[in-house]
Amino acid sequence: MLKEYEVIDVKKIKNDFPILNRKINGKQIVYLDNAATTQKPLQVIKAIENYYMNFNANVHRGVYTLAEEATMEYEESRKRVAKFINARSYEEIIFVRNSTEALNLIAYAWGRKNINENDRILITQMEHHSNIVPWQILVKEKKAKLDYIGLTEDGLLNQEDFYKIDKPLKVFSFTHVSNTLGTINPVSKLVKMAHETGALAIIDGAQSVPHMPINVKEIDCDFMVFSGHKMLGPMGIGVLYAKKEILEEMDPFLTGGEMIKEVDFYESTWNELPWKYEAGTPNVEGGIGLGEAIKYLENIGMDRIREHEKKLVKEALEILSEIKGLQIYGPREPEIKGGVIAFNVEGVHAHDVASILDQEAVEIRAGHHCAKLVMKKYNVPAMARASFYLYNDSEEIQRLKEAILLVKKIFNV
Amino acid sequence: MSDIYYEIILDHYRYPRNKGQIENADIKVRDSNPLCGDEIEYTIKLDANKNTIIDIKFEGKGCAISQASASILSEIVKGKTIDEIKQMNKDNLLKELGNPKLGPTRIKCALLPLKTLKLGIYSFIGQHFTEES
Repeated sequence: MLKEYEVIDVKKIKNDFPILNRKINGKQIVYLDNAATTQKPLQVIKAIENYYMNFNANVHRGVYTLAEEATMEYEESRKRVAKFINARSYEEIIFVRNSTEALNLIAYAWGRKNINENDRILITQMEHHSNIVPWQILVKEKKAKLDYIGLTEDGLLNQEDFYKIDKPLKVFSFTHVSNTLGTINPVSKLVKMAHETGALAIIDGAQSVPHMPINVKEIDCDFMVFSGHKMLGPMGIGVLYAKKEILEEMDPFLTGGEMIKEVDFYESTWNELPWKYEAGTPNVEGGIGLGEAIKYLENIGMDRIREHEKKLVKEALEILSEIKGLQIYGPREPEIKGGVIAFNVEGVHAHDVASILDQEAVEIRAGHHCAKLVMKKYNVPAMARASFYLYNDSEEIQRLKEAILLVKKIFNV
Repeated sequence: MSDIYYEIILDHYRYPRNKGQIENADIKVRDSNPLCGDEIEYTIKLDANKNTIIDIKFEGKGCAISQASASILSEIVKGKTIDEIKQMNKDNLLKELGNPKLGPTRIKCALLPLKTLKLGIYSFIGQHFTEES
């Protein structure tokens, strides 16, 4: 039964995640590193087990029963992903390893064909390194130019920067939700700004697709990338969404088996979409696991998951703000903040904070979060970060608070 | 109260010994841990025979474990010869820290000062330093 203030039944959900029963140092685990990876429900674990127990075979080739079943399940998952983000068709869904690979694919396959000397690529200071480094390399190779949109003190994109940058742009690539600050960017608006200058809009959805309803048709982005393991799925499976006409124009990324139509001695032609971009035996268990994860999320409802996280982050911000000497980074309004809170305890390094929290079985991340440009903005070497998901609750926020108070006690700050 | 943050570590973190820089040092060495951004720099003064450490200071920033370890190590090695430092191993240092229960990631914080010091010593005597040295 849902309690009055609950939007989802967390108690029931927790039962689906065996790992959340684990004890660390004799204490019940509080898992708050969901921006790094999420835990997996039994449904996902069993779907993968079922695949290996009952219909493991290589996909797309065999004409025997196992191969046909494996192919069907794998391709069903692709259709489920397409529907989940409201793509026009399964042809727009490329399975990759993760968001990082998807961004590299874009920079390599689209970038090398379309970026020329002096072309401008725009990214932001709140990007994960995976949306920075591939562009740096491309720009060096092509003698093109890389520009940044900076951050305000509150951790928002400084949109004025957009208008100061020389135009036209070829690419504007930005994150939907910051993995460090939690900032939710106004993606529809940013896509429009990109298109008005003739640029393609690329969205890093690694921190948004798992946490809120996403409609790529409405957002109108040209590419969106996300990772399966951050949304209850297994590691090693991720998604590149792209508009069909762009995928048709682009050259392949990796080549070899599976991605060809015809192979002759000196020439080959490419397979149809989406397989043109999936060379070699794919991660079938990953695809099936991701499909099951999406089923699980859909059963609960993405709008409810977003509401739940909004409540958690509001409550956490209120409770943590009462702790003296705690610096919280990023926006304070739950409306524009995902379930991510980065903080520092004054006088204590983030790694020391995380180590003490771990002794209390409160599992958070500390470090630069693959966002060194965000660290530079706030002039700190590291931040501690608590990030929430559908199985977290108010009780766990209390545990987080108590553990932070213990840090202050041990360090006498 | 904690399996890691024993009083000795907190004490050295709050009141670091030998903090600073020696001018005209015989050895100046700097290293960092890219994972957490811990940084240690040692400056070392040797005796006339260039064989014994007569003074050592450190600068650094980072977590309590790395900074306390740098401070504790500086106390231990003062008066030691180059050969004695070459013989030192990680267990010697961890024991001085009170054998905190550190996982594979955090133990790198604790051992960074020893790695830095050895790097400086080995390059001073013109020998190649490896992690196993």
